Amino acid sequence: MNNLYQKHREEVDDILSRYPEKRAAVMPLLWLAQEEYGYVSQEAMREVAQICELDPTDVYAVAHFYSLYFKEPVGKYVIRFCTDMPCALVGSEEVYQYLLDKLGIKDGETTPDGLFTAQQAVCLAACGAAPVMQINFQYFANLTPQRIDEILDLVRANGLPPNGPLRFEPREEPSDA
Amino acid sequence: MEQVYLLLRHREIPNIDEYDVYVANGGYEGLKAALEKSPDEVIDIVKQSGLRGRGGAGFPTGVKWGFVPKDIFPKYLVCNFAEGEPGTFKDREIVENNPHQLIEGIIIAAYAIQASTAYIYHRGEFSYAAQQLQKAIADAKAHGWLGENIQGTGFSLNIYLHREAGAYICGEETAQLNSIEGYLGQPRLKPPFPAVEGLWRKPTVINNVETLSNLPGILRHGADWYRQWGTEKNPGTRIYGVSGHVVRPGLYELPTNVTARELIFEHAGGIWKGRGFKAFIPGGVSAPILTEEHLDTPLTFDDLAAVGSMGGSGGVIVIDDQTDMAWLTYKMVAFYRHESCGKCSPCREGTYWQKMLLTRIVSGRGTRTDVELLKQVSDQMTNKCFCPLGESSRGVVQAVYKYFGDEMYLHAKDIPVVEAGTQ
Repeated sequence: MNNLYQKHREEVDDILSRYPEKRAAVMPLLWLAQEEYGYVSQEAMREVAQICELDPTDVYAVAHFYSLYFKEPVGKYVIRFCTDMPCALVGSEEVYQYLLDKLGIKDGETTPDGLFTAQQAVCLAACGAAPVMQINFQYFANLTPQRIDEILDLVRANGLPPNGPLRFEPREEPSDA
Repeated sequence: MEQVYLLLRHREIPNIDEYDVYVANGGYEGLKAALEKSPDEVIDIVKQSGLRGRGGAGFPTGVKWGFVPKDIFPKYLVCNFAEGEPGTFKDREIVENNPHQLIEGIIIAAYAIQASTAYIYHRGEFSYAAQQLQKAIADAKAHGWLGENIQGTGFSLNIYLHREAGAYICGEETAQLNSIEGYLGQPRLKPPFPAVEGLWRKPTVINNVETLSNLPGILRHGADWYRQWGTEKNPGTRIYGVSGHVVRPGLYELPTNVTARELIFEHAGGIWKGRGFKAFIPGGVSAPILTEEHLDTPLTFDDLAAVGSMGGSGGVIVIDDQTDMAWLTYKMVAFYRHESCGKCSPCREGTYWQKMLLTRIVSGRGTRTDVELLKQVSDQMTNKCFCPLGESSRGVVQAVYKYFGDEMYLHAKDIPVVEAGTQ
């Protein structure tokens, strides 16, 4: 009994049709599993292995190679906060610490209510709008402690806004010269 | 120099992400022109245009296509949309706002090399860009630009998205091929080059998003039109992304030969907070750092190579005079350590040692010996790593030693700390 295949027969077949070999479906199927279960459990990896006709170990290796497949349960909203060099140049590490303090968790943890998981991320390819973070793969840019407060309030009240192109305002910094 | 919007056309034409608006502004004219020519003629035009790969290496695109054997089928095209080099953020903006430009470019490239399947390998984080691409592919298909027997030419093409899942190394083209095939995203030995043996050992061309997005304009207006910008060997425009300590960070599309000084001080408004300039990284974090003496260097692949750095991805990271260079080096190395794929020991072990030593140095627990050992470890990695990732990790450290070597000792325990950094 393969729950993933039973539930998403059409999509699984569509994924398989894009590649000449079944093995190539392993990444899209891991994404599908993550969308279905919220994370990629060992059971999900076995289901993917069965569909791709692979040994579960092969799927396990692929899943663990990539950081966006969550191997443990995560919160409803996964915050991935860039602390890479270009963001860190403009203070992202301090803003991330503010976010963690505000949520009362450490890097990688989930809030007790299961709402937010916060993770450090490497470059999110939005350096012109630094500091940046994503919540469930949607961008939030030009972050400051004040913006963090606003975004958390907004998400708690209304969920995520509709996804759209990244827009940002050029930052205004007072001169310290 | 003035900005020229060949690729950032969405900044002048609202809603160009919609099919009708794109077509009303000359969309799919380049493809139409391409389909009226033979594939070899298309390759020749791209060769004449002098277009060079915008992903980092700057290899001439038409020449790369020319390596594809004519008699082996099927062939594949891969669009590299795994943009993740710190300091680089151009591809995402083009695709989010003008996806048809990329789709048209992909179809032109696929026609030129006669590929019947194209994969867009996009970062897992690019959820909105992927949405835009799905929609653009559906629109292009509905209007007969994709699928079987395109516009009655007998040429057929399908484009599929392949979503990456968080591994910088998969931007390296052979690692990307392994990733698509369902293996770990680790690089392959070259040769054979992908043009000869790529996906499933068939001829495969991998081109960057910005490279492919240039094709509709080149095919529509011709190679000479494209050559009116830039230099003989580096024609066209580039999207330079400026980040770090500047007044106006963002993307600037300019002729390839704009100087660093003009980009940083005119377009990006100079150094923030009224501070002084210290250094810049010209082409994404992997490009070795440069200093004030290099500000008048044009930002072409060749000019930057001549001063010991590289054009890379066009992401220019600017650093002000209050930045602690040891800390900066730590941040760069921490990235490579995190992203090392573990395949070869010089990179796997080398980045481990680099990060460990820098952690000690930055936290004030390091000694002069640590600072010297870091240099030695980096030197020992030279030309021993399997792919450019490890070579970048040692290259960026060596460049810091070259220009800011004294500052690396500022934190070392056994000399008095002269002036600690602010970060």
